[in-house]
Amino acid sequence: MTKIVVVTSGKGGVGKTTTSASFATGLAMRGHKTCVIDFDVGLRNLDLIMGVERRVVYDLINVINDEIKLNQALIKDKQLDKLYILAASQTRDKDALTQEGVARVLDELKEMEFDFIVCDSPAGIETGALMAMHFADEALVVTNPEVSSVRDSDRILGMLNSKTKRAIEGGEPVKEHLLITRYNPNRVEGGQMLSLEDIHEILRTPLIGVIPESESVLQASNQGTPAIYMQGTDVSEAYKDVVRRFLGEERPMRFIEAVKPNIFKRLFGSK
Amino acid sequence: MGFLSFFLGEKKSSASVAKERLQLILAHERNGRSTSPDYLPQLQRELVAVISKYVSINPDDIKVNMEREGDFEVLEVKIELPETRR
Repeated sequence: MTKIVVVTSGKGGVGKTTTSASFATGLAMRGHKTCVIDFDVGLRNLDLIMGVERRVVYDLINVINDEIKLNQALIKDKQLDKLYILAASQTRDKDALTQEGVARVLDELKEMEFDFIVCDSPAGIETGALMAMHFADEALVVTNPEVSSVRDSDRILGMLNSKTKRAIEGGEPVKEHLLITRYNPNRVEGGQMLSLEDIHEILRTPLIGVIPESESVLQASNQGTPAIYMQGTDVSEAYKDVVRRFLGEERPMRFIEAVKPNIFKRLFGSK
Repeated sequence: MGFLSFFLGEKKSSASVAKERLQLILAHERNGRSTSPDYLPQLQRELVAVISKYVSINPDDIKVNMEREGDFEVLEVKIELPETRR
């Protein structure tokens, strides 16, 4: 059975694409046949984060408009033979994304026996975001410890409960997971940042992981490597934990405790 | 933090201010989302039509409301019958 997972947030710049890339890669690393689709028509970026931007010939809209076969648009990952990328169109407008078209692409992927389809949602609550979430079985709601992001996530949670196929048809609700990114435990301890307990209490959604704020995310995107590949970094480990929890393993939360600077740093100042 | 707040007089951390503000505004916004589903006006009109078959009433005599109490949604329908009948 193919499972469709939407990565969404409402607010932009919180780490949806970073998360989609690392999450899809992590699933494929664990042996699951996975396809990650960029729904940000007009502003595609997943291809850059995945490092396949020079291999994009056809995109999601070409497939929806029946101009080519799905196989021609699927980009096979160079390192993982179970990972495929479907890029968004750069030029066409968002109206090209129709519900019937998206349904057809997803059905075809199901026939190809994908285990997981990861839908990278655009920011906002317009057509693109609605299309990305419409057919979802599960959702990763990406949230930063920051008031506007938490508010937008609440809005998106409301939409998952009312605008998706499952909600409209009255089936089992979309299974929601909260993923907190750009978390800085030192600032939380200093009372300058909402804690994960606070966010969890406000949004009342089960927590699937906490990704610490880290320079390695920028380094990874500079190179076109999903952050989960950054060996030995907290971010990579945190994303691996997210994938394991998603697949049903129990893992304690890591990288959520404040780290005290050592005596030298305290004496001479950090940085 | 403890040290500082001792000298500055108990000042709330900005994180707890953020939490309070969020809880307030979200409670409000969630209410706005759930209290009036868009089918309420239609439901009201149809109820008026049905009841008008048997009793003559004004369209304003039927009030339809959705309220949220904890985890429950309560659909409240208030029908005022005219006094003149008896």
